[in-house]
Amino acid sequence: MIGLMRTRYSEDEVAVRDAFFDFFANECPTTTVRAAAEGTGFDPALWSSLAAMGAPGMALPESLGGAGAALTDLAVVADVAGAHLAPVPLIEHAVTARALARAGGHDDLVAELAEGSTLATLALRPPTGDTARLVPAGAVADVLLHHCDGVTSSSRGNAPGIKLPNTADLPLAHRVISDATAIELDTDGWNRTVDEWRALTAVAYVGLAKRAIEIGVAYTKERIQFGVLIGTFQALQHGFADAATSVEGAHLLAQRAVWALETEQPGASRLAGMALLFAAESARFAADRSVQYHGGYGFSEEYDVQLYHRHATAWILQLGDPAAEYARLADAEFGPVMGAA
Amino acid sequence: MDFSFPPEVEAFRTEVKAFLADNFDESMLDVTHDGTMHVPELHAALAAEGWLAGPVPKELGGGGRTALESIVLNEEMQLARAPIDAMGVTVITAAILMEHGSDHLKETVVPALLNGEALTSFGYTEPESGSDVAAAATKAVKDGDEWAINGAKMWTTMAHIADYVILLTRTDPDVPKHKGLTFFLVPFDTPGIEIQPVPTMATERSNATFYDDVRLSDDWRVGEVNGGWAVMKTALKYERGVAGGQFMSPPVIDAGIDWATNHERADGTRPIDDLAVRERLIRAQIDVEVCRGFAYHCADLANEGAMFGVEGSMTKLFASETFKRHCREIHDMMGAEGLLTLESPEAHHGGLIEEALRHSPVTAIYGGTSEINRNMVAEGFLGLPRAR
Ligand SMILES: Cc1cc2nc3c(=O)[nH]c(=O)nc-3n(C[C@H](O)[C@H](O)[C@H](O)COP(=O)(O)OP(=O)(O)OC[C@H]3O[C@@H](n4cnc5c(N)ncnc54)[C@H](O)[C@@H]3O)c2cc1C
Repeated sequence: MIGLMRTRYSEDEVAVRDAFFDFFANECPTTTVRAAAEGTGFDPALWSSLAAMGAPGMALPESLGGAGAALTDLAVVADVAGAHLAPVPLIEHAVTARALARAGGHDDLVAELAEGSTLATLALRPPTGDTARLVPAGAVADVLLHHCDGVTSSSRGNAPGIKLPNTADLPLAHRVISDATAIELDTDGWNRTVDEWRALTAVAYVGLAKRAIEIGVAYTKERIQFGVLIGTFQALQHGFADAATSVEGAHLLAQRAVWALETEQPGASRLAGMALLFAAESARFAADRSVQYHGGYGFSEEYDVQLYHRHATAWILQLGDPAAEYARLADAEFGPVMGAA
Repeated sequence: MDFSFPPEVEAFRTEVKAFLADNFDESMLDVTHDGTMHVPELHAALAAEGWLAGPVPKELGGGGRTALESIVLNEEMQLARAPIDAMGVTVITAAILMEHGSDHLKETVVPALLNGEALTSFGYTEPESGSDVAAAATKAVKDGDEWAINGAKMWTTMAHIADYVILLTRTDPDVPKHKGLTFFLVPFDTPGIEIQPVPTMATERSNATFYDDVRLSDDWRVGEVNGGWAVMKTALKYERGVAGGQFMSPPVIDAGIDWATNHERADGTRPIDDLAVRERLIRAQIDVEVCRGFAYHCADLANEGAMFGVEGSMTKLFASETFKRHCREIHDMMGAEGLLTLESPEAHHGGLIEEALRHSPVTAIYGGTSEINRNMVAEGFLGLPRAR
């Protein structure tokens, strides 16, 4: 819709949010996150249930077996998935499937992806030689999209890589690529795909960050020191207030970025890049405050807040050093660095 | 979710841009003249356009402009560096008077405010009460048909160029502090008032104002006796649509980018080719987009008639704290050249960046300090207990 200036979820979006919130609250408590971390970082049962809810195909065209919903609807799911640190590569899978749908000529595959019976992902960074290093969901996905020298290619049937132990126990693995075929997706089309990943990951980060603050606030309303609830200390209150403000700003920016991509606004790519950087930084700050205000318990493995800290650190690094992302935005805004090699 | 304005609001934006192109030029801004950002020609033009009356509801004799239109006017004015202070004070005072004022005030003062002939100022803060605004001690005592006012106000900005002050007074010292307050509109030509300048670390000035047995008829009372807190709430309500500060940074950032692009350092490199500078500028641009999100969010809430409090606090907190950082970083980038003030003919961009740097601290102080806004977010948004 255009021309409403509605910065909050619509009634329909709230309904989607509530349904998926309940789903993740029931199916994905942090014990599920911890159990997945012991293995590949992926929970197949959770993925099947999520597929039964229609999430993988939600934002794919109806003609290809999807639900024909907007990217903004998918973002609502990404938000609650992020809040629960859901061990499923929903964002990677969805943006890859959307890329294949846009490229055309892959109807059967896209239909499988819409169902969720096959898992897809993308190499966010170009492969070197025949290997794409540290691919998100590389330890579990069958279909892999990658982009190199202006050509986007799809491959399938290569063995998933071995998950490498990592900061947030994500299903990260190297992928040796063979039998890749070029698809009809030019560099703009590929960039759009990565922008969708950026914007949706920004939204997921907001979900993560809000939950990290909630966990921290709840703790400070229980813990007593010096005879009073630690939540009454203004130092803690102000740290949380700064974090909450930043996260609320990130929420508005991330949602605007998704909306801009969906409605093809001229500044959409810029907003997507900005949203990811700002949301990642907000989430890291929120998780840091929340760990800090747990005291020593926040550092202990037993408490959930440390999971949020580790995931906040990890997600954006799958794309690369944030400094490189700032530099990329700067190139677009100010032109390339003069005198640079 | 939908982050686009209705077509009629976009049409209004086009109108505002054309208006600003015709009626405002940065050279009209001269803080050195009287220590304010006030530009009388611009104020008169806004009045003539009916835009001062705009946000006041139709039922109260105003223009009934929507909150979405107000934010767009606000945004375009700030992007053009047009001052919004006098507009804000005028609109808020007029709205207060229309909602709470006597017929006398509605018939005489409000038209003069809305057609740009008269200016007012805010008299909330006192030497001994700032953040704790409800602790105001300036006394108003009924004496026959008259009120006698005695006390002092601090930071009565624009008083020296204004015709009125909307004054918060104590009428009952024996009840809880919020329940003994009464508002008056006080004409500055009433005998017994003294205005003294308060210079600041920036070029702008404010005032201390003193009230020595100032006599007023009951016509000048605004709202119920001891009902001052309700009037204060109206003031806050109207700040929603008009109060600004969300777009303070863009003119400073633009000037910074311009400098970084066109200035050569001693070693022949340009600051804009320095990766550290580029990252800082991009971060500032991101903050601007976050502020825009907050501004539109508040406008959306106000447009739906929702009262917002914490959202306004978050907006103010984020916009002013990031503005301070942007000023600091951009000023730093200029090195010694950045030290030249607007009085210097050699100052870059007419001293805009240096002036913004010295002005920036106050943005996190007036209109509710950052600490007060953090308290509001902690209690109102996060549900934390009242702080110790
Ligand atoms: C240039 C300028 C123009 C102004 N213009 C006007 C005007 O036109 N009209 C008007 O009425 N006022 C005006 N003000 C006043 C302004 O609103 C007050 O300065 C502001 O509300 C803070 O009050 P204070 O200065 O008394 O500081 P205080 O309230 O004394 O605060 C001192 C410090 O203590 C902190 N603090 C106070 N209470 C708490 C708390 N509960 N928790 C944590 N920290 C706290 C504050 O954040 C601040 O850091 C202006 C001020 C300035 C500087």
